[in-house]
Amino acid sequence: MKTAVEPAQESTVTDPSPREQTLPAHAIPAQPVLQVRDLHKTYNGNAVLKGVEFDIARGQVKAVLGPSGSGKSTMLRLMALLETADAGEILLNGTRIGGRTHRGHSVHLPERQLAMQRQDIGMVFQRFNLFPHLTAVRNVMLGLTSVKGISHHDARSQAMDMLAKVGLGNRADHFPSELSGGQQQRVAIARALVLNPSVMLFDEPTSALDPELVGEVLEVMERLAETGMTMIVVTHEVRFARRVANEVTLFDGGVIVEQAEPEQFFTNPQHERTRKFLSHVH
Amino acid sequence: MLFDPNVFLQQLVSTDYMLGAALSVAVAVLSLVLATVIGFFMAIGRTARQPYLQAPAHFYVWFFRAIPALLVLLIMWNALPQLIPALRADWFSPFLAASVGLGLVEAAFMSEIIRSALLSVDDGQALAGRALGMSPTKVMVKVVLPQAIRIALPPTGNELIGLVKYSSLASVISLRELLTTAQVGVNITFRYAEYYAAAIVYYLVIVSVLSFLQSRVEKRFAWTSRTKTTKNLTAAMEANTVGIS
Repeated sequence: MKTAVEPAQESTVTDPSPREQTLPAHAIPAQPVLQVRDLHKTYNGNAVLKGVEFDIARGQVKAVLGPSGSGKSTMLRLMALLETADAGEILLNGTRIGGRTHRGHSVHLPERQLAMQRQDIGMVFQRFNLFPHLTAVRNVMLGLTSVKGISHHDARSQAMDMLAKVGLGNRADHFPSELSGGQQQRVAIARALVLNPSVMLFDEPTSALDPELVGEVLEVMERLAETGMTMIVVTHEVRFARRVANEVTLFDGGVIVEQAEPEQFFTNPQHERTRKFLSHVH
Repeated sequence: MLFDPNVFLQQLVSTDYMLGAALSVAVAVLSLVLATVIGFFMAIGRTARQPYLQAPAHFYVWFFRAIPALLVLLIMWNALPQLIPALRADWFSPFLAASVGLGLVEAAFMSEIIRSALLSVDDGQALAGRALGMSPTKVMVKVVLPQAIRIALPPTGNELIGLVKYSSLASVISLRELLTTAQVGVNITFRYAEYYAAAIVYYLVIVSVLSFLQSRVEKRFAWTSRTKTTKNLTAAMEANTVGIS
């Protein structure tokens, strides 16, 4: 069914070769990597998300700010397919994920199918969630061996490359308990990245770190952004948002309050709520 | 009648005692294996959300926690063969009846140990496994279970030691385990002190060995690269990590 939808969408594009024009990257109306449509989520009668909508194009970095309890982490978990939405749709590379329409009703996919789709979405957690019984390199290898079915030998060499990229090639055989928080989070980034996802989601990746360890993680994330990875970063690091993100979003009360380029967002916000939020974090 | 060291030493090295001790350990180990397997599925059932999985597991634990192990053994050996003719055959030995009977009872207790071990693994672990795209079975086998085992190990060691002692209950179904061996000897010679002392020594040795093995296994689950014992020897570290995983 999915394969039948995709070519139909492509045929509607009037100019088949927009990429060949020598325009700056942001001017190309590329197919969004991730599209979120009217997302709703309620916990125990408590509406956490009330109709969230946005797109993110390939290679874009979106920073999501907002007070705690504003629903930003919930939105990330829905996009990572770790929880199911009550209503709304998520599209990854133009294909709906997490659910399908059956006789006019939206139904959730079974866990096995969700597991397949999650491979294409990288998730980094606030508290790292490394597997404590595995060394750093085995943490990175697990997705390759047990999900992608790659041989132990190949998985190890891929994992070692990825650890080297986050600057931890010399810590490969250490267990998580023997690593600092910043190192653990870098391993966690490598673990998600090694599966080569279409998009990386970061759920307050530096909030659980000692202040002096925040920099090394943000540096890895900034380098990742430079390689063209599509990223959504829920964060309280305003400076990071300002420097690295292409777009900054303010979440409050389960809706997107403001969405703008960093310069506009921080210097000339359009909404009173944004001004109030920024006055607290600056 | 004074304590005769010769009688004591004679029994200590007798094949009867060694056989009895071996039987006691074998019954304990076999019933623990059975209990762990049944207990695992009962623990899964009790932590499941579906009532049709929860109810049978709940019933099992309720039932076997209430019935004395001695009664279960008597039922296994006396009542079941009356009801099921197949169990009257030679293969259904006291050893098998004791192992299965104690295993069934122990499963109720193991399921509680395993259940609390599974629940004590941080939720973020399964979440991280799922986020990588692992199937529910893979998440259980590769992520949750290894961590649950570490938590379940110390209480399981206790249970194994308990089972060694419980195996003496099998004397009622004519299994010649360690304590029965001593009792038979006493009935012939009336040398209570010497025969019982020999049994004490055997139990002490068995439990010491089991405790030692337990601490060895627990060290395997320490999850460190053990740089303290293998200073700067990357090769040795490599060997260790291979051994752990």
